Amino acid sequence: MSAAATEVPARGSRVRTPAVDPASAVARARPHISPVEAISQTFSMAWRALKKMRRNPEQFFDVTLQPLLFTAMFAYIFGGAISGNVKSYLPLLIPGIVAQTVLTTCMATGVQLREDMEKGVFDRFKALPIARIAPLAGPMVADLVRYLIAATLTFVMGVIIGYRPGGGPLGVLGAIALAIFTGWALAWIFTWIGTIARNARSVQGISMLILFPLTFLSNAFVPIHTLPSALADFVRVNPVSHLVSAARDLANLGVISGEVGWTLLAGLVVIAIFAPLSVYSYRRHL
Amino acid sequence: MTTAASVSATGLVKTFGGLRAVDGIDLEVRQGEIFGVLGPNGAGKTTMLRMLATLLPIDAGQARVFGVDVTTEPHRVRQLVGVTGQYASVDEDLTATENLWLFGRLQGLRSADARATARGLLSQFGLEEAANRPISQFSGGMRRRLDLAASLITRPPLIFLDEPTTGLDPRTRGQMWDTIRGLVADGCTIMLTTQYLDEADQLADRVAVIDHGRKVAEGTPDELKTSVGNSTLQLELAAGVDQDLARQVVQRVAGREPVLTPESGRMNVPLETADAAADVLIGLRQAGVAISAVSVAKPTLDEVFLTLTGHDAGDAGQPARSSHDEALLEVR
Repeated sequence: MSAAATEVPARGSRVRTPAVDPASAVARARPHISPVEAISQTFSMAWRALKKMRRNPEQFFDVTLQPLLFTAMFAYIFGGAISGNVKSYLPLLIPGIVAQTVLTTCMATGVQLREDMEKGVFDRFKALPIARIAPLAGPMVADLVRYLIAATLTFVMGVIIGYRPGGGPLGVLGAIALAIFTGWALAWIFTWIGTIARNARSVQGISMLILFPLTFLSNAFVPIHTLPSALADFVRVNPVSHLVSAARDLANLGVISGEVGWTLLAGLVVIAIFAPLSVYSYRRHL
Repeated sequence: MTTAASVSATGLVKTFGGLRAVDGIDLEVRQGEIFGVLGPNGAGKTTMLRMLATLLPIDAGQARVFGVDVTTEPHRVRQLVGVTGQYASVDEDLTATENLWLFGRLQGLRSADARATARGLLSQFGLEEAANRPISQFSGGMRRRLDLAASLITRPPLIFLDEPTTGLDPRTRGQMWDTIRGLVADGCTIMLTTQYLDEADQLADRVAVIDHGRKVAEGTPDELKTSVGNSTLQLELAAGVDQDLARQVVQRVAGREPVLTPESGRMNVPLETADAAADVLIGLRQAGVAISAVSVAKPTLDEVFLTLTGHDAGDAGQPARSSHDEALLEVR
């Protein structure tokens, strides 16, 4: 064993000099990480998250079952009451469900990050000379797959029960892309919660408190004019409402309306606030 | 080239709430040595290591790794140290190869190089056959080896090992020791924590004994052992015997202060050789001190602690008695 331990195999010799030289290691050690390195590290972490997803397919339950179930349920429960019949409710509902499922998926991002952070491997990530944002942003990049599945399945389910998007395939694709972007942006809020909460369970609890007002106090399921005025005011500024309106314009009319701009702006503002906050609190928790 | 110490720390402090987990520790680890940090659970060993490895902020004091300040330049320090934690810091959901590949990629290796390095390390640590198995199927010893391998990807000149052999069977422990010696032969400096006196004895060039967040002793294993004696005479005095008289006799004959154990009427006498026990017993008989039980044992970590700190090793946290057998000092 002792012989084996000191033997350095010839393979991979580029990085394995026979003896360790502290002085040159100190000279090589760089004070900062370049943005290119940070991005490459983020993608490595995304690779890890994707591997984990493939090995734990039960993680996909929420993004597959929820769109299928909620679309059918909401359509048949509220369709008659709100729009007279199911078919005329679908153009209103489907973009709303897309927003809702994407948001629920965001929440899982925070919960899973917290669970992950409690594992031993995070100690190594912290000890490695890597960008502090990489372990946070990596899983979020991988989660783009989940948003894509959730948004696509919602439209598919809608079409199955009779939704005919007037915006055509391009409009639908636009709506999906916008939903994915917004989901990714809003996920930073939940990532931040993941870095400040005590454990995964409390991430879930706090996230629910944010999620419910955000989705239900929007125009996702009901037209704004049916709401009392104070509520309507909140619903109008809620970024989820902008996403829903923009997605409706895209999917139903094939129109890129001003709402798209508002949605993108809201997403960027959320990233600008919560990405630095997340990194800050992750760093502090070291 | 200046030969800065691998680690030099002054006045390190870490406070958790009101508890001073590390309470003003000074350390100097020389290049190319194995430095052991010995202490019971809860003594502050791990906390100290985590501060030096940039995993915990330093509350007070200063630490440098090869002359690089840990607080102001953590990113540079992280490029110089490999850390192997007490609990396997590898990803349970990935295979051994995937773990090493990921850590290599994160540290800037190209994909092919990361794969080659992973393959090299796996064969170096005898894990080739398990290369594509998920870590959840690994034994404790395999996990530790993989964990150590993961710390060596960029060949850092300083390696922190937090209790590298806790929970390993004796054979696996011996293999780990050989591996650690091999790293030093390659030019690495090792700083390791341990609860086991014999581990410090077998491996370390120098040892610091930590208790309640303070350094209570430092020296070579031989120096530490001499302070405890090579074996211990355990005496149980008969009921009604004058304990003070017994103490005086022991001191006169053995030339050492006996250590009173918490149980009344019991005392431990550190001895250079087991032979000296006879002298102590004869002395006690001549002084008329009656004994109800007697045994001679090799010193344990408990006794090192009793001698150095005046309290039982278990006081500082969990009792160290479960590791009693493993903590027996090797006397050759």
